[in-house]
Amino acid sequence: MEGLYAFCVGILTACGIFLTMRGRSFSVVVGLTMLSYAVNLFLFASGRLRLDAAAVLGQSESYSDPLPQALVLTAIVIGFAMTAFAVILAMRARADLGNDHVDGRLPPPPETRKTGKQGGQR
Amino acid sequence: MQHLAILPIILPLLTGALLLLPPFSTTLARQRIFAIASFAVQIVVAALLLIQTNDQGTTQYILGNWQAPFGIVLVADSMSTLLVLLCVFLAFCAHLYGCAGDDKEGAYFHPLFMFQVMGINGAFLTGDAFNLFVFFEVLLIASYALLIHGGGKQKTQATMHYVILNLVGSSVFLFGLGILYGTLGTLNMADMAAKVSTLDESNAILAEIGASMLLVVFGLKSALLPLQFWLPRTYASASAPVAAIFAIMTKVGIYSIFRVHIMIFGDHAGELANMAQAWLWPLALLTICIGTIGAFAAPTLKLLVANMVVLSAGSLLVCAAMQSEEATGAALYYLLHSTVITAGLFLVADIISKQRGKAEDRFVRSKALKQPVILGIAFAMGAIGLVGMPPLSGFVGKILILQAAQSTAEMIWVWPIMLISSLAALISLSRAGTTLFWRHSGGVQDDAPIATNIQLIAVFLLMAASPLLVLFGGPIVEIAQHAANGLHDPNQSVFPLLPSIQTGGAQ
Repeated sequence: MEGLYAFCVGILTACGIFLTMRGRSFSVVVGLTMLSYAVNLFLFASGRLRLDAAAVLGQSESYSDPLPQALVLTAIVIGFAMTAFAVILAMRARADLGNDHVDGRLPPPPETRKTGKQGGQR
Repeated sequence: MQHLAILPIILPLLTGALLLLPPFSTTLARQRIFAIASFAVQIVVAALLLIQTNDQGTTQYILGNWQAPFGIVLVADSMSTLLVLLCVFLAFCAHLYGCAGDDKEGAYFHPLFMFQVMGINGAFLTGDAFNLFVFFEVLLIASYALLIHGGGKQKTQATMHYVILNLVGSSVFLFGLGILYGTLGTLNMADMAAKVSTLDESNAILAEIGASMLLVVFGLKSALLPLQFWLPRTYASASAPVAAIFAIMTKVGIYSIFRVHIMIFGDHAGELANMAQAWLWPLALLTICIGTIGAFAAPTLKLLVANMVVLSAGSLLVCAAMQSEEATGAALYYLLHSTVITAGLFLVADIISKQRGKAEDRFVRSKALKQPVILGIAFAMGAIGLVGMPPLSGFVGKILILQAAQSTAEMIWVWPIMLISSLAALISLSRAGTTLFWRHSGGVQDDAPIATNIQLIAVFLLMAASPLLVLFGGPIVEIAQHAANGLHDPNQSVFPLLPSIQTGGAQ
């Protein structure tokens, strides 16, 4: 169970980081969402994974740590609010700046780059 | 008073919420008066809290009456209360300036400002690492909204970068906290400090990774070298009162480095003792260098001041790297000084840019300023303070930092870099001053707005803090040194906060 869990968190983090480094604001927002999912799962696991263990004393043979669950709840709420803000900001930037690149201006389109390269080769 | 410690968080929260409700939300004038009155009360509360902690020593406010390592606590020690006082004073001045017209540019300026102050105060006062994260988020979301307040292309673009960087930073923060909770089993800072020396080898490596991730996050907030590129443009594009309150935001990151990497992972941390030092030394010195280069290259006054923020952050982080009580005391004094001065200069830069018409605050020849004398005095006070020339507090602050470098190796690195950066700051600021005030084409821009009395009062309140820091230098340095000693000594900063552990040890 631990291996699978760690693998999932790792994949989510890797995808999140990859997407966050993209140039368009949409993929960046999706990347941030994935990162926050990965963080939430990671925080949950910091109290160790246990089966059949309630987070309440006296309700089962063993008990799981309730604190990470409280932390995850807080982190989910905050992460959700921040993502909502990032989405609205991305839309505002699209409207204000006329494109959806995070730098506010598009890199030169591929055609000119190609011709530029050819010009350089000649 | 027993409940004094929580008031710096509760008061801005309540004021901000009330400002959103009918009697205040309808007219701007009522909002202004209520917000200013609230800040005045907050200054009194913060001053009382500082006096109380200096009399009675560190006090702990146990929220919900849950015992220390298990529940959430607020810790009011000399360092945090001093910074809370600085924060509310700065917020008062910046807000006063904002009341002169900047609050009209968009909605909800006053409530957002209150929430910003609440987040900063909370980050200073909390004694719980996860709560630190929560207050970081509170101050961040308020700062996102304040940064874009008023709108415009430049602000949108700067906010986009700022928001994305800080969201990634928050994720890293949570990863770090998760690792630390997994290894130490606690998030109460005093408890962490007590437990970190008992870690076995495999857990110590994990804890080191967690603490390093926290260092990355605090480095991002405090503009440590590879993570400082967002700062100049963000600060330069913010409106003046917002830029002024942002001057203390980098200091929140620096405070967190002191709190986590000196108090928890300091001299007493066993295997992990002073783990951040090796990273902080080169990066802090390089931060000073890059701030200096940025100040030289800055084409506008706002960018110049923003780069001076980077420079002062570098100087403070050098103190953090020295890991001695003297250095921490010097850093606290320098922090007080540099925050008020840079905030004041952001306000001056705004007035100047409004009076120069199209040239704004760019260093080009343009029409003359309408109020050259009074603005010149304010600018000169700020510049002399920032450079660190004798009559004002920058001189005392820099001397304290230079004195704190005791071993020869420290002197070899710190002295030349600090002194050369001061010289460079002198050159770039005097170039800025001569261009802005003297190189003009004669005529005055007729429709240029004159700085109102409220704006000038706000500027000079901030600037007056600098000579006051010199006049009352003795007691203030004493308080700063006392706070630094408290932070470094676990018998003051750790064990008194953990009554259950202490009694357990006695039995």
